[in-house]
Formats: sequence, structure tokens, C-alpha cells
Amino acid sequence: MASMDKKELICICCPIGCVITVTSHEDGTLDVKGNSCKRGEEYANKELTAPTRIVTTTVRVRGASRPVVPVKTKCDIPKDKVMECIKALKEIEVTPPIRLGETIVANVADTGVDIVATKAVE
Amino acid sequence: MDKRVDILIVGGGPAGLAAAVAAKKSGADRILILERDEELGGILNQCIHNGFGLHTFKEELTGPEYASRYIWQVEELGIPYLLQTIVIDISASEAVKLVTAINKENGIFTIEAKAVVLAMGCRERSRGALNIPGYRPAGIYSAGTAQRYVNMEGRMPGKEVVVLGSGDIGLIMARRMTLEGAKVKMVAELMPYSGGLKRNIVQCLEDYGIPLKLSHTVIDIDGRERVKGVTVAEADENRKPIPGTEEYISCDTLLLSCGLIPENELSVGLGVSLNPVTAGPVVNESLETSVEGVFACGNVLHVHDLVDYVSEEACSAGEHAAAYARGGRPAEEHKVTLKCAGGVRYTVPSLICVERIDKEQVVRFRVGSVYKDVFLTVYYNNTVVIKQKKRVLLPGEMEQIKLKKVEMEKFPDLKTITVAIEREG
Ligand SMILES: Cc1cc2nc3c(=O)[nH]c(=O)nc-3n(C[C@H](O)[C@H](O)[C@H](O)COP(=O)(O)OP(=O)(O)OC[C@H]3O[C@@H](n4cnc5c(N)ncnc54)[C@H](O)[C@@H]3O)c2cc1C
Ligand code: SF4
Repeated sequence: MASMDKKELICICCPIGCVITVTSHEDGTLDVKGNSCKRGEEYANKELTAPTRIVTTTVRVRGASRPVVPVKTKCDIPKDKVMECIKALKEIEVTPPIRLGETIVANVADTGVDIVATKAVE
Repeated sequence: MDKRVDILIVGGGPAGLAAAVAAKKSGADRILILERDEELGGILNQCIHNGFGLHTFKEELTGPEYASRYIWQVEELGIPYLLQTIVIDISASEAVKLVTAINKENGIFTIEAKAVVLAMGCRERSRGALNIPGYRPAGIYSAGTAQRYVNMEGRMPGKEVVVLGSGDIGLIMARRMTLEGAKVKMVAELMPYSGGLKRNIVQCLEDYGIPLKLSHTVIDIDGRERVKGVTVAEADENRKPIPGTEEYISCDTLLLSCGLIPENELSVGLGVSLNPVTAGPVVNESLETSVEGVFACGNVLHVHDLVDYVSEEACSAGEHAAAYARGGRPAEEHKVTLKCAGGVRYTVPSLICVERIDKEQVVRFRVGSVYKDVFLTVYYNNTVVIKQKKRVLLPGEMEQIKLKKVEMEKFPDLKTITVAIEREG
């Protein structure tokens, strides 16, 4: 089987940042090397086919000691949906109490993914 | 409040929390955490991005989520803490340490502790350390201050941004401010390599098309009241601006991300010896400083980029503090000095007492510049005992190596352990 294409990626799943070499074969399979854990392999496969990102930002809170609460997408969403997701979150405001992990917005930007709080607000 | 404790922990960030939990789990009873902020969690409260704890919890958490995992444990174990309480002095007399702190409720008070764990974290290098001439207009912030504004106070420092320095906080803030609607025009880095993690260059700059200019620096800031722009120039190998390469960039905000320094005023006051390379305490295998019974962990010891390592290190400091408070540690008989060679800038610890190691000793270190295809070699006296091939070693990333006690015991006259970077094929 002839190797077609060799690409170097940096795994962004954790701060170790493994340098991953992906070789694409003619039959469409990918050969992933250099990752230190399984996450790296998943990342490399996705990055070459349909790149995704976890989005972290804040949402306005009314009537709490801090004016914002940190939130994240519960899992990664398509990279080209990131800005749309941010835009949707700019338009909302929540009120306390907020539990850690509570859903703030369901199905953000039609991605099928929820936005959850990453900190509790009393 | 108990005026006498076994272990007093200064700082309630990830280091202080993990040290407290570990000390409690290894049997220490009277523990107290003193934290100057209004909540536990330290700097993690403002680090709302993900990437924390993948190796500890097998889950990719944000800073506040990672902190809550430890805060829960502290609550569950019933470890007492005082918030908005600033430690202003620590002194040691014989085996007792006196910790003086101040808060609204109690005024100034002193607590007697058998052991103290220093976990004060670090602060950012300020503009003063950078030597940019000119006025001090509004619009210049350290990246960490900007992070606190945006992520905790919900306000934006400006609209058009230049970041000087490519430390992680600067890279993360370049993305954060872009998401919040600002235009980040460039990240300028004086050195020929980035001080930040590779993953942050990919996901914070490349994802958003923000240029990273290596070997570039800001040589002038325009504006009297508010920043109007900055002049950026290329730097030569001696880090001096090259005439003719100047470029003016209009902006209203300059973020400085020029590295962190351990916060050791208290340690110095106590008489703890500092390592000039890390600006943190010199420690032994127990993460014990030059003052017996005083331990250090986290960013106050040396600046970390991986919070998992902070927790691991702090856990070890907590266990050793508990052992000290309990009494009956093995006597120090066999002391070994750790040395650095060929590009290794420092090691933590820098002294090992073999009797006091459990099974293995983690040695953490950083290198001074970028190394490719080299060997990480460890010598016991003059004998090579470990030789690992490394594809890349970067100054921005902390490395660690584990040394086994059984191996050390094979060298009865072990005096020095040398950690070196070597080129040879
Ligand atoms: C501004 C900034 C931003 C950072 N952002 C990131 C990031 O985005 N991602 C990342 O991986 N790492 C980041 N870091 C590195 C981060 O500090 C470490 O990963 C980790 O938080 C270090 O834990 P620590 O407990 O040693 O220090 P800290 O989290 O700094 O905790 C130290 C605690 O000690 C308290 N304290 C200090 N002095 C006293 C005193 N005298 N009395 C009482 N309490 C005191 C402080 O209030 C603080 O809560 C950042 C560091 C800084 C300075
Ligand atoms: S492959 Fe695993 S260890 Fe390496 S960067 Fe990715 S998540 Fe981290």
C-alpha cells in the first residue's frame, strides 16, 4: 500500500501537546503516530476530517456577586460553529442560583450540544 | 479559631488545596488553610478555558471545574480554611513556626504550626521589568489582569489589541478577546521561540489567524492618556531592535505576557534560601525548604504550566509535611546533590536524602533553549543510568523524570545525580 500524504499535527487535547504524524493511505485509512494516549488518535482523525473545538466563554448573570458565570460546550462542536455559538451566548442573561454543570442553553447554534455552567453561583 | 495547628497552608490555590487533602489523607489532623482571596481555587478561578486535569481525572476540565474537585474534597474532609486572610509574616523558632495573618474579623493574629506549606503561587512580571520607554498611558495591562477583568468581572479592557510576549496567558487572552469581539492584531515575542504551549499556538492563534511574530518586540508606545498604537521592531540575536524594521500598529490596548515569577517575599522573610534560576525555594526530596518543617509546592516553588503537575507536587509536599508533623522521619544519612548539565536550567528538588524517598523520586526541570533529537541522560556519580531519546525539548514546557529508589541504593557512595541534555547519536 503506497503512502499518500504525511501531515504533522499538534494534539491540543492536553497541555503535553504531542506532535502527531498522520499518514493517509490510498484506501482512505489514516495511520496515526506520536500520540501518547488515545485522545490524540481521536483528535488527529477529527482534525483531518471534521475539526471540532470545545468553546469556553462567559454568560451574563443578573443579581450575583460576580457579573458573569463561566460556561463551556458540553463537548466539542464543529470549528466553523464557534462564532455562532459565542454570538448566541451574548444575547442571554441568567439568574442565580446556578449549579455547576447546569445547562444554560440547550442545543446551542443547532449543534446538538448544550452549554453548561463550569462554576456554581449562589 | 485554633491558634495551634499541625500544618498551616499558605494559599488556597490548587497547590494549597491538594497539599491539604494529601496531608489529611495521610493522617494529619489539625490543618488550616489561609487564603487572601474571597474564594478558594487561586488563579484557576480566572482560567475558564479547558485543558485542565486530563491526566488526573481523565476528563478535560476548565480551571474552575478543576478547582471545585479539590474544594469539594477539602469540604468533605472537613479541613478548615479562612478566606480574605492575608499571611503577612512567617518566622521559625526551634521546631515551631509562627504565622502572622490579618483579616477583618480577627485583626492581626498569630498561629503556631508544626509544619508550614508555602503555596502562594506566582505573579506576573510587570512592565517595569520590560524597560519600554515613554509615558504610562491607560490601556496597558498584564495578560493576567485582563483575564480577571474579562472572565470574572465581565468587562473588556479594549477593542484593538497587541500582545507582547507569548506566554500562555497572553495566547489564551488573544483568543478570549477575539471571541469577545476585539481585534487582536499580533502577538510579538522577543525570543526566537514561543514561551507558551504548542497547543495554545494552534488553538488560540492559528485558529483565529492571529500572527505570531517571533524575534519581535515593542520599542515604543504611542499615546499620552490612552494607548493609540505601538511600534514593533524585529530583534537580532542579541535581542536588540534592528534599525529599519520598525512597524507602527494602531491599537488601544497592549497586553503584556512576559512570564511569571514565584511570589516569595514571605519565604525570604522567613530565611528560606531561593534558587536564583527559579526564584523559588531550594528544596530537598520532601519539597522541604532550607528551613526545617517548611515545605513548598506549586508556582511558588517553580512556575508550572500543567496544573496536574502542581497537584501531584503539592500532594507530595502535603504528605511530607504530615510526616514531619507526626515526627519520627528517618534520619538524613545519605545526601545526594542534583546537578544540571548541558542545557538543563534547574532541577526540583536539588537535594535528595535517599532514606526519605518512598519508592521513586520525581525530578522536574526545564531546559534553556529549544533542543531537537537529543538524549536526556541521568548520571549517578559518573555512571549513566537513564538515557532517553527526546524529539523536542522546549523551554516553555516543564519536563519530569522518575528516579527509582532501588536504583539509587545500588550506588552506596552516591554523591551526585546529574541531569543532562546530550547531543551525540
Ligand atoms: C495570572 C495567571 C494566569 C494563569 N493562567 C493559567 C492558565 O490559563 N492555564 C494554566 O494552565 N495555568 C495558568 N497559570 C498558571 C497557574 O498558576 C497554575 O497552573 C496553578 O494555578 C498554580 O497553582 P498554585 O496553587 O501554585 O498558585 P495559585 O493558583 O496562584 O494560588 C496561590 C494562592 O495563594 C494565595 N496567596 C498568595 N499569597 C498569599 C498570602 N500572603 N496570604 C494568603 N494567601 C495568599 C493567592 O491568593 C492564591 O489563591 C496562570 C497563572 C497566573 C499568575
Ligand atoms: S495525545 Fe494524549 S497526552 Fe498527547 S497531547 Fe494529546 S491528549 Fe495529551
